[in-house]
Amino acid sequence: MNGLKTLWHRLGSPRWFYQMMKPWQTGLGFVALVALLVGTVWGLAFAPEDYQQGNSFRIIYVHVPMVVLAQSAYMMLGSAGFVLLVWRMKMADVAMVAIVPVGMTVTAIGLFSGAVWGRPTWGTWWEWTDARLVSTLVLLFLYVGLYALREAIPRAESAGRACAVLAVVGLINIPIIKYSVEWWTTLHQGATFTATRMSMPIEMAAPLIVNIIGAYCLFGYLVLLNMRTELLRRERDTKWVGALRTEVIDGV
Amino acid sequence: MGLVRLQFQREWRLLARARSEALNPLVFLIMTVTLFALALDGQAQALSRYAAGIFWVLVLLSSLLSLDGMFRRDFEDGSLEQILLLAEVPFLPIIGKMLAQWAATGLPVVLMSPLLGTVLQLPPEALGPLAGALLVGTPTVSMLGAVGAALVVGVRRGGALLGLLVLPLYIPVLIFGTAAVNGLAAGTGGVAQIYWLAAMSVLAVTLAPFAVHAALKISLENG
Amino acid sequence: MTVFVSIQGLSVSRGRNRLFEGLDLTLSAGDCVEVRGANGTGKSTLLRCIAGLYQDFQGELTAEPCAYLGHNDGLSALLTVEENLRWYAGLSGGSASSKDIAAALATLEASHLVRRQARALSAGQHRRVALARLPLLGHKLWLLDEPYTALDDAGTALVDGLIRDHCASGGAVMAATHADMSVSTAQCWVDR
Repeated sequence: MNGLKTLWHRLGSPRWFYQMMKPWQTGLGFVALVALLVGTVWGLAFAPEDYQQGNSFRIIYVHVPMVVLAQSAYMMLGSAGFVLLVWRMKMADVAMVAIVPVGMTVTAIGLFSGAVWGRPTWGTWWEWTDARLVSTLVLLFLYVGLYALREAIPRAESAGRACAVLAVVGLINIPIIKYSVEWWTTLHQGATFTATRMSMPIEMAAPLIVNIIGAYCLFGYLVLLNMRTELLRRERDTKWVGALRTEVIDGV
Repeated sequence: MGLVRLQFQREWRLLARARSEALNPLVFLIMTVTLFALALDGQAQALSRYAAGIFWVLVLLSSLLSLDGMFRRDFEDGSLEQILLLAEVPFLPIIGKMLAQWAATGLPVVLMSPLLGTVLQLPPEALGPLAGALLVGTPTVSMLGAVGAALVVGVRRGGALLGLLVLPLYIPVLIFGTAAVNGLAAGTGGVAQIYWLAAMSVLAVTLAPFAVHAALKISLENG
Repeated sequence: MTVFVSIQGLSVSRGRNRLFEGLDLTLSAGDCVEVRGANGTGKSTLLRCIAGLYQDFQGELTAEPCAYLGHNDGLSALLTVEENLRWYAGLSGGSASSKDIAAALATLEASHLVRRQARALSAGQHRRVALARLPLLGHKLWLLDEPYTALDDAGTALVDGLIRDHCASGGAVMAATHADMSVSTAQCWVDR
């Protein structure tokens, strides 16, 4: 219990976080690079063809990791918002600043790859009967709203907490939105093939799992990178950042 | 409860004195319904098929008009900060304010819906379900909208931002609301969707005032 | 002696600007402190911190619930003076009879305004009505941000009287001003 408490306090210290997370960031980046390389080459070149969709199914190796990540990122965002509101922990705000752009990009890639997949599969770029695409679109709206709200409020402290309120409200809403969209798409289900069908043989699934792990590591790497950059920006007037600056300049 | 009533009465008095402003969202709804009927050539078949969906979308959009101003006047004249300072439980006057907002905008829409539904060529058997779905669905709209309004109250030109923030959150209301009306009118179900709308309203009425309170505190700190 | 406000080492920044640092202050019954300092040095922010409207500060701060008068008078333009004051009394958990309201307005010589809508008042009248609500709220601690704004000489004297009476009856006042107040018992400079 005591150990957890110290960890909690340390997590709140920008300097400690900045230094401790450096090896984590490097490690995650390395694992992400290897996993994505292996998973992608394996998936694109060695996994067997789908008997129904041919080679076009291979876009799931991009699409599925992105869509899964988009949701997890929002969950993290909501949790960070909750921590910020309840414990006023500034690090949670830094985490939110770091997650929003990454989550938004990942969601956009998920949507785009879904559309590209839809073209050969359904013969159309956009299919309203696919629950995953529609709820990912809603997720993108939520990310855009958070981004716009932060931009609109000039004082950083207020902007962070306002975004936290919105993220928590969104977090409560997401299961309801997801359920309603899924229910709605089954009501309108016209196509015989659904993208949500996910029973695939192990030779096809293994590279996907590798890529999902890689995507999570990449996400962790990018978020840590953003967080550490944001910390330097916020703490630019403090002694420890000043010392870091002289260190770097001396190194050059 | 006294504080809820106190605030409700105050809001009601204010609305009565700024009647044209209070009626704007309803007038907007009536006009856009008319525009839709004209745009679709008044073709009874096409219209009646989509009338429920069109009507729900217009209700959601018109709600933004009233929500935008919901806290702004009190924010600007300084009475909002007094609510948070003086009320022993600021939560209560905030609930009063939100209830008044719903009573002034959601309720008239429910009452007008048979008329407007008819203009949109909804069959008579769909008018009851429409009013019912609106009655249990619009509280969610008011509550979620109030959270958004409280977040942007200090933001210049927050109106456009408000739509961006709350419209995605309205999606379940839109889906269940439309499905309930269509299902009940065609006799193919829809009761479950009414329950969903009611459950969401209960959830929203319980939780939204907390979020509004937090959001207002943040907005005032910014001012 | 009742202590209404106790502050130790209070520091407040806005963005990268440090407004004030290491401020100490104690406010007890009968005190009237004038908060002084140049524009933009944090007088208003200090009052908002004490009121609980601004929580982004470092240091120790404890304060009783207070009646706060900000830059904005907090009167609804479309309500009459009486309706506004009655709402205030209700909001702070009490109630005000017409007699209470008349008495409160009389202390600021604003009795004739009771039936007017707030939007029909001049700036000075508006401020007088806003000040008239203070005795109705029943709070011992008053925080006043520039209470003399828009007031004429007669109005200024009336406000001084109001503050003097309040302090004499065991209350305490903190007021941000630019001019010396005749009723203050102490000064607190935020920029020195």
